[in-house]
Amino acid sequence: MNRKSCLSGNEAVAYAMKQINPDVVPAFPITPSTEIPMKFSSYVADGLVDTEFVAVESEHSAMSACIGSQAAGARTMSATSANGLALMWEMLYIASSFRLPIILCCVNRALSGPININNDHGDSMGARDAGWIQIYSENNQEAYDNLIQAVRIGEHSEVQLPVMVCQDGFITSHAVENIELLDDMTVKDFVGTYRPVNSLLGNESIAMGPYESADFYIEHKRQQAEAIINAVQVVAEIGTLYAELTGRPYGLIEKVSMDDADYALVVIGSTAGTSRAAIRILRAEGIKVGMIKIRVYRPFPEAEVAAALEGVTAAAVLDKAEGLSGTGGPLYADVCTTLHRHRNNLFTRNFVYGLGGRDVKVSDIIYVFREIARESADPGNMQRMIPYRYLGVRENTHPGEQT
Amino acid sequence: MKRKPALPGPTDSWREITPGGTIRGGASAVFFKTGDWRTWRPVWNQEACRQCLLCFPVCPDSSIPLAEGKRTDFNFNHCKGCGICAEICPVHAISMIKER
Repeated sequence: MNRKSCLSGNEAVAYAMKQINPDVVPAFPITPSTEIPMKFSSYVADGLVDTEFVAVESEHSAMSACIGSQAAGARTMSATSANGLALMWEMLYIASSFRLPIILCCVNRALSGPININNDHGDSMGARDAGWIQIYSENNQEAYDNLIQAVRIGEHSEVQLPVMVCQDGFITSHAVENIELLDDMTVKDFVGTYRPVNSLLGNESIAMGPYESADFYIEHKRQQAEAIINAVQVVAEIGTLYAELTGRPYGLIEKVSMDDADYALVVIGSTAGTSRAAIRILRAEGIKVGMIKIRVYRPFPEAEVAAALEGVTAAAVLDKAEGLSGTGGPLYADVCTTLHRHRNNLFTRNFVYGLGGRDVKVSDIIYVFREIARESADPGNMQRMIPYRYLGVRENTHPGEQT
Repeated sequence: MKRKPALPGPTDSWREITPGGTIRGGASAVFFKTGDWRTWRPVWNQEACRQCLLCFPVCPDSSIPLAEGKRTDFNFNHCKGCGICAEICPVHAISMIKER
């Protein structure tokens, strides 16, 4: 039986972990993800799970321990944020190259410096090339649902890759919202038993992570690429299976009011919730606006995004990370690549927003929609080179003046 | 009976090599010849050698094969020319020469 409850995003994820009952959880605390191992270790102490909890001395050690235990055939999970994720960096690449389906709960927080504990996507966006599947959650329900699905996605025989399940720090991780929880048996049946393709404790004697010369390295990477390409199909399949259980459908992207939209927003994470409110207000005014929420960022759902942007007049891509490329944020780069490959000369604007926890209000999203409507109406703007801009940054010292 | 490991070869496609580069079967280092890293080469003077076997256990690459309790000539497939054997030999029966 499904059960209604009220949980924060962190509590929801810890509860999902309790129901998944992983074999090993090595973790090191860091704000705002600390609650996940804290809550989970209480489940361990109370004997509610069979998990071996490893209190490590750093995040580098946490991910190293994850790799060791998953390589030994144990289903392994961890949680981290920001600089903790950065300290795992080296090991993130090893986990994916070993093809170990480790699950990492990433509670998104701005990466130092300057030091800041609030939300943006700078941490996980930096890890976008690490060979992990990245799933982003809009709210606590999605954080819970995504974690349960992540087990099946990562462990799928055609994938065998680690999965990062992201949620926005504080906004999602600490806000208590209504949630519908599955019962323990349903989750247990859904995730099933972990059957590793390779295990150091298996019957066969194997070596993992050997040196690979120029004769093999590129073939190894090609294999990883195939796995992440396969994940597109697998994510959709698992989303369908999960919808049968819960009635909550999950695809690679979620389209909101896109059927007849003139102006589209492409967004990741909790800002999708804010955008829903902005869309309702503008639709009431008769302005046809819609949203594409990127749920799965790696692999990038190119075909889905391309199809969703077909026939749109203008699109705004919101990046909660400053990639400092000088040409826009990481999501913008992926959207532009997609449009180019599908020969879609759509009018696009990139807005970097919400860095270091800067609040994003409904009025900010309405401003974005109005900006792309105004600018795309002027054909001269098409040619003008404005690669990207900031949303809500102080451009001058006069209070009250809108940028 | 040790099974010969299924090692991928440099002509195998990315589809044929093991996922994650995992090597199946143990003790496969024997197939990976590293002797060409050598810049110095040990030369064994069989007449001077007293077969004390001090060289055999100190070789870090197990490149001094034994046969019937006696050392034989170096296995140059894995010898890196580190010179530890020459250093330890009490009768100077091993000399190091520059590898060509």
